[in-house]
Amino acid sequence: MSEVQMPSSLKGKAHVYGDHIDTDRIIPGKYTKTLDLSTLANHVLEDLDPSFKDKVQQGDILIAGTNFGCGSSREQAPLALKQSGVALVIAEDFARIFFRNAINIGLPVLEIGKHSIPKNAEVEVDMKAGTVTDVTSGKTYAATKLPKIMMDILNEGGLVKYLKKHGNYSLENE
Amino acid sequence: MGYTIAEKIIAKHVGHPVRAGELVVTSVDGVMATDTTAPLAIKAFKEMGGQKVFDPEKFALIIDHAAPSPNERIANLHKLMRDFAREQNSRLFEIGEGICHQVMVEEAYVKPGDIFIGADSHTPTYGALNAFACGVGSTDLAATMMTGKIWLKVPQTIRVICNGKLQEGVTAKDLILFLVGKITVSGATYKAIEFTGEAFEGLSLSSRMTIANMSSEMGAKAGIVNPTGLELDYPFEPIMADADAEYIKTYEFDVSGLEPQVSAPESPDNVHNISGYEGTKIDYAFIGTCCNGRLEDIDIAAKILKGRKIHPNVRMVIAPASKSVLLDAMKNGSMETLINAGASLITSGCGPCVGTHQGVPADGEVVISAANRNFRGRMGNPNSNIYLGAPSSVAAAALEGKIVNPKKYLV
Repeated sequence: MSEVQMPSSLKGKAHVYGDHIDTDRIIPGKYTKTLDLSTLANHVLEDLDPSFKDKVQQGDILIAGTNFGCGSSREQAPLALKQSGVALVIAEDFARIFFRNAINIGLPVLEIGKHSIPKNAEVEVDMKAGTVTDVTSGKTYAATKLPKIMMDILNEGGLVKYLKKHGNYSLENE
Repeated sequence: MGYTIAEKIIAKHVGHPVRAGELVVTSVDGVMATDTTAPLAIKAFKEMGGQKVFDPEKFALIIDHAAPSPNERIANLHKLMRDFAREQNSRLFEIGEGICHQVMVEEAYVKPGDIFIGADSHTPTYGALNAFACGVGSTDLAATMMTGKIWLKVPQTIRVICNGKLQEGVTAKDLILFLVGKITVSGATYKAIEFTGEAFEGLSLSSRMTIANMSSEMGAKAGIVNPTGLELDYPFEPIMADADAEYIKTYEFDVSGLEPQVSAPESPDNVHNISGYEGTKIDYAFIGTCCNGRLEDIDIAAKILKGRKIHPNVRMVIAPASKSVLLDAMKNGSMETLINAGASLITSGCGPCVGTHQGVPADGEVVISAANRNFRGRMGNPNSNIYLGAPSSVAAAALEGKIVNPKKYLV
């Protein structure tokens, strides 16, 4: 049995942003060169919404439109969000490196396709069923299912823990 | 049903035929990380129990993003990389040796038919060499350093056919900007791109690298240029797509009438004919990067600026893609021409493009850059605006102090 790190359900305030939010906007390149990950939270989304770092609370949910996390390969982007307290990122879809990076560092990400979740909505997420409900409107969105290997990595709490345990990749039962 | 280039390269590595959509764990032929991604990768490598990298000859570290180190924090990260490379008996490319992608190609860390994993989003650049090359983040890279493998979904492929030859004075950068504008910043997400057709066949390796480089600006996992016409200084077996390969989408363009292009702020796909922006005043012109810092890029800028001086209200920065590029540009006189014209030469590396250090624009300033990204804040200041263009367009703008069509200086 793998230790399940991910909460099976989440309810929280959502911070809703638009399309094509690139990694430079998530964490500018000038702040990425550090191993003191706590410093990343001081600049998270700085060039998109300078007030975000003060508004965000532990367990909040970030919601975006299409192509979230496009641009550079910097893992500091999902790390900055995680460090700031963001528990989950939901988007219509993600840029591929950001998507892998988020899973690899144990930050859950859900792709729900086109949505109309308004700013400051409260959302409820059932991680097991893969559904996102906008509590105000009652509208529910189904998330795209992750491949098993990604679920396994996420359930272990990230790729470091996955490989520490398994020593190698496994596509068993894929 | 035949196979795409991506399917063929992956099949060769996993030992059985593969189709788009299949998940595979594949061996890799090379891995690299830079000073943005290596420190986290080394940390993750150690945390996941890594002791020795899978093959010290196939692993390289490059100090290029903040080189030389601008402060003590980054100096210490560079030291961590140097220590790790020594401990692993792997090569570390020092400050000034070049930008990771240029160095990996020059030093033949990547060859045609390879699968290469780099902790930098512009790793698809090696598609110029007919290789399957993907960018990943630090933890993925750490896993590959340890296991020599990566898990991948075999991508669907988008075919981009460009018919016709580019006009004189129109370059590979204009072509790829045009394509990014058409395909958009998310038009190839998770997909591979195959660039094929007459327009690519006559291109140099450097120009092919410019094309493949900006595959990442369309979200692609890999961007592979049809190897027809590719010349390398070692023998290789080109991998071609089968005539009946299956593509998720095919774009076809006649590019014989293409004009120089610019990408306006603040997304690489905001692409227009340069004529639409002629007269836009600029403060700062930059030539360099993994996209356009090679000898042919410096040469074309020198051709425009020979015997001339850049506009008094403009500053110009040149960062050659590698030490070897710099030496060649010194030997053939291009670098002297540019410096005499008023350009400033900085250490080969990525700094200005990624806003790490060197050449950060001021508030309200307008930059024209030969790089590949113009996101808000990209060059270190969110209150500046970045236009992307060919090195020829950058040089012509530096000369006139405003965006102009560079063709008049070239034809």
